[in-house]
Amino acid sequence: MGELRLMKGNEALAEAAIRAGVDGYFGYPITPQSEVIEYLMAEKPFERTGMVVLQAESEVASINMLYGGGGTGKKVMTSSSSPGISLMQEGLSYMAGAEIPCVVANVVRGGPGLGDIQPAQSDYFQSVKGGGHGDYRLPVLAPASVQEMSDFVPLSFDLAFKYRTPVLIVSDGLIGQMMEKVELFDTIPRLTDEEVIARYPWATNGKPKGKERRILTSLDLDPHKLEKHNFHLQDKYKQIREEEVRYEMIDCDDADYIIIAYGSSARISQKTLQLAREEGIKVGLLRPITLWPFPKQPIDDLVNKGVKGFLSVEMSAGQMVEDIRLTVRERTKVEHFGRYGGVIHSPEEVLEALKNKIIGD
Amino acid sequence: MAEITLQDIIKPENQVYVKTKLMTDKNLSYCPGCGHGTAHRLIMEVVEELGQENDAIGIAPVGCSVLAYEFMNVDMQEAAHGRAPALATAVKRLWPNKLVFSYQGDGDLAAIGTAETIHACNRGEQIVMVFINNGIYGMTGGQMAPTTLPGMKTSTSPYGRDLQSMGNPLKMTELVAQLPGTYYVTRQAVHTPSAVRKAKRCIRKAFQNQLDGKPGVSFIEIVSNCNSGWKMEPVASNIWMEENMFPYYELGDLKVDGQLVEKK
Amino acid sequence: MTEEIIIAGFGGQGVLSMGKILAYSGIMQDQEVSWFPAYGPEMRGGTANVTVIVSDERISSPTLTAYDTAVILNQQSMDKFEEAVKPGGVLIYDPNGISHHPTRKDIKIYKIEGAKIAAQMGNTKIFNMVVLGGYLQVKPIVKLENVIRGLKKSLHERYHKLIPLNEDAITMGMKNVVEVK
Ligand SMILES: Cc1ncc(C[n+]2csc(CCOP(=O)(O)OP(=O)(O)O)c2C)c(N)n1
Ligand code: SF4
Repeated sequence: MGELRLMKGNEALAEAAIRAGVDGYFGYPITPQSEVIEYLMAEKPFERTGMVVLQAESEVASINMLYGGGGTGKKVMTSSSSPGISLMQEGLSYMAGAEIPCVVANVVRGGPGLGDIQPAQSDYFQSVKGGGHGDYRLPVLAPASVQEMSDFVPLSFDLAFKYRTPVLIVSDGLIGQMMEKVELFDTIPRLTDEEVIARYPWATNGKPKGKERRILTSLDLDPHKLEKHNFHLQDKYKQIREEEVRYEMIDCDDADYIIIAYGSSARISQKTLQLAREEGIKVGLLRPITLWPFPKQPIDDLVNKGVKGFLSVEMSAGQMVEDIRLTVRERTKVEHFGRYGGVIHSPEEVLEALKNKIIGD
Repeated sequence: MAEITLQDIIKPENQVYVKTKLMTDKNLSYCPGCGHGTAHRLIMEVVEELGQENDAIGIAPVGCSVLAYEFMNVDMQEAAHGRAPALATAVKRLWPNKLVFSYQGDGDLAAIGTAETIHACNRGEQIVMVFINNGIYGMTGGQMAPTTLPGMKTSTSPYGRDLQSMGNPLKMTELVAQLPGTYYVTRQAVHTPSAVRKAKRCIRKAFQNQLDGKPGVSFIEIVSNCNSGWKMEPVASNIWMEENMFPYYELGDLKVDGQLVEKK
Repeated sequence: MTEEIIIAGFGGQGVLSMGKILAYSGIMQDQEVSWFPAYGPEMRGGTANVTVIVSDERISSPTLTAYDTAVILNQQSMDKFEEAVKPGGVLIYDPNGISHHPTRKDIKIYKIEGAKIAAQMGNTKIFNMVVLGGYLQVKPIVKLENVIRGLKKSLHERYHKLIPLNEDAITMGMKNVVEVK
């Protein structure tokens, strides 16, 4: 068993970065995730593992540091919260185009604009639909516990390098600020320069003797070539859709109704499940762990099994519910419930919504 | 002698100081001892004294003074982090007869907003830019700013700012003074009555420049304290500022009427 | 066993660290724990509160609207959280600075003179430990030895010399908590 600690989600993410053998973290302070860079600066990972930590002058700079660093085959990471992630969209689009691996954690807060600093889930669209310009998707992992804030760091890097793509970890102020027990995994040594060179032949770390030099770019002025590149990207996204869907099901076997919720909303809804069962209402929870690729198959299976309705519970005005509707295609009832602007819904409110919107008439 | 009650003291005829009506009655959200409030007041007093209440348009930053629009009783817009000079540029160009100013902290103006700052100054926008330099990110809980002094401890430089890995404190004011687009560049403070009087004269000069149609930016840095971020009592923070900030960020005019001031 | 607690008072009273020590104590005896503070500007000079859950099972929602126990350390928190105690639950408070005492009849109410005792012990900083002692007397959900182990884990080593003082404070709290009938 690994080391047990009581940590904030943000701290667990930072500690996991060190242990996952990350080579560089580049970030800019923003509430509610400033603990990530503060923890890293205090821990001196440059002494522990040789990891570089740099406070950039902005999120625009941070993401482009990832572009540069990731392009050399090193493991690079940043974290921010909603307004900062918006600034990173340009860089993410370029990196998707140039196929650069990296991990970006978003500890979501209320919006739009400066909004507030309280927990929200209103960055779902931005995360799962691409976010920046062009035809691309990014794998999105949604931790629902401090443990997953830690575990999803190495997992994200596996995906990032397997598919040569940026990967998003999307949590929120609740998961970031909350402390829970976390079992830390043992440190994975950073790759040596030789290992990086051997493993990632696409990376620009100096033209190998007698071989072609490498160019990393998202530009191709020949539309036919660019279309071909887009075909390649789409094939990759298809493979991710087929192979990387992750989700958790709780009490779904005998359920008449299903709540679909991710991250902190899933935690809150779990309590709703208990409350509902005490009243004899059979409710199950489907928790998407990957928001993209979205777990369509289990929803389809539940529809075919005859569940009477789905309630999408999100701390937003209703974003994921659109993906649920696309999957259910009017075969049964789908409704949304959620508080937003940084207000966290209570388990009781979720139960009320379930009764009024789904069970009701 | 009859006892003086609170009600007597606050009678209009007994008041020796009245807050400008261009400051709202909202309680300031600043920590007790912070310089932001004084800087706000000076700007508003100047706007009032110049009779510009109905023509002033201010741009608030993201930082502790994000709520400046709650306190400054003129038309205000709230910018994204670092972008105030871009907003001010457009406001002034589209309303050339209005009195336009931006108000920013050091993270806002000298980190994320460096490009907007440099380019507004380089284009010579006819605006007043007020820059509060407290050497730290106050709002987000005391992280290192570009202006953080060498060796200074912050939450992202917990062992002190190491110049080799974290870079050097950025003297933005010296930088913009070099640009032909700035007309008046000065560095002041607001921690003592005499400093306040001096700073106010400078702010007045800056706004007057704009009213007189002088070409270019009038740029005022105010070296200020962040007693919370520095983890000091207010008085101690002012002493620390005099002893540490002022030697690095020397007070005085850097450029007047478009001419660089010769260092003595 | 699942115990859902809100601890609420002023920033600077040690509300968050009391919750943290309780959570660490739970970990020491292999329980699941969660600790979720009200964060942000609410803290600046104002009120502070934290929801702590200690359970034998996986914890669902880390934020709640009803609690098994409320530990209340100022009037604002009393106004806000007295009603949030579940019927049959427990409210523990320090009467220091409280003008409107709790009135509910369907819960158990206890008083702990935390501020006074800490002052008598010559160190106002151990106030929260006295209150923790009072709480543990009423709800012995974690063993004292595990609290001490939790303290060791949550305090930096250079403060470990203060552990005996903290232990005394907890004991004083345990002895001095009284039920209000
Ligand atoms: C895009 C973006 N990144 C980060 C933040 C978080 N943030 C808010 S204020 C601030 C810095 C404030 O420091 P400064 O400008 O020095 O002003 P002070 O609070 O010290 O007055 C930061 C990083 C944000 N709001 N938006
Ligand atoms: S944190 Fe610092 S800059 Fe912000 S209000 Fe307090 S003293 Fe002023």
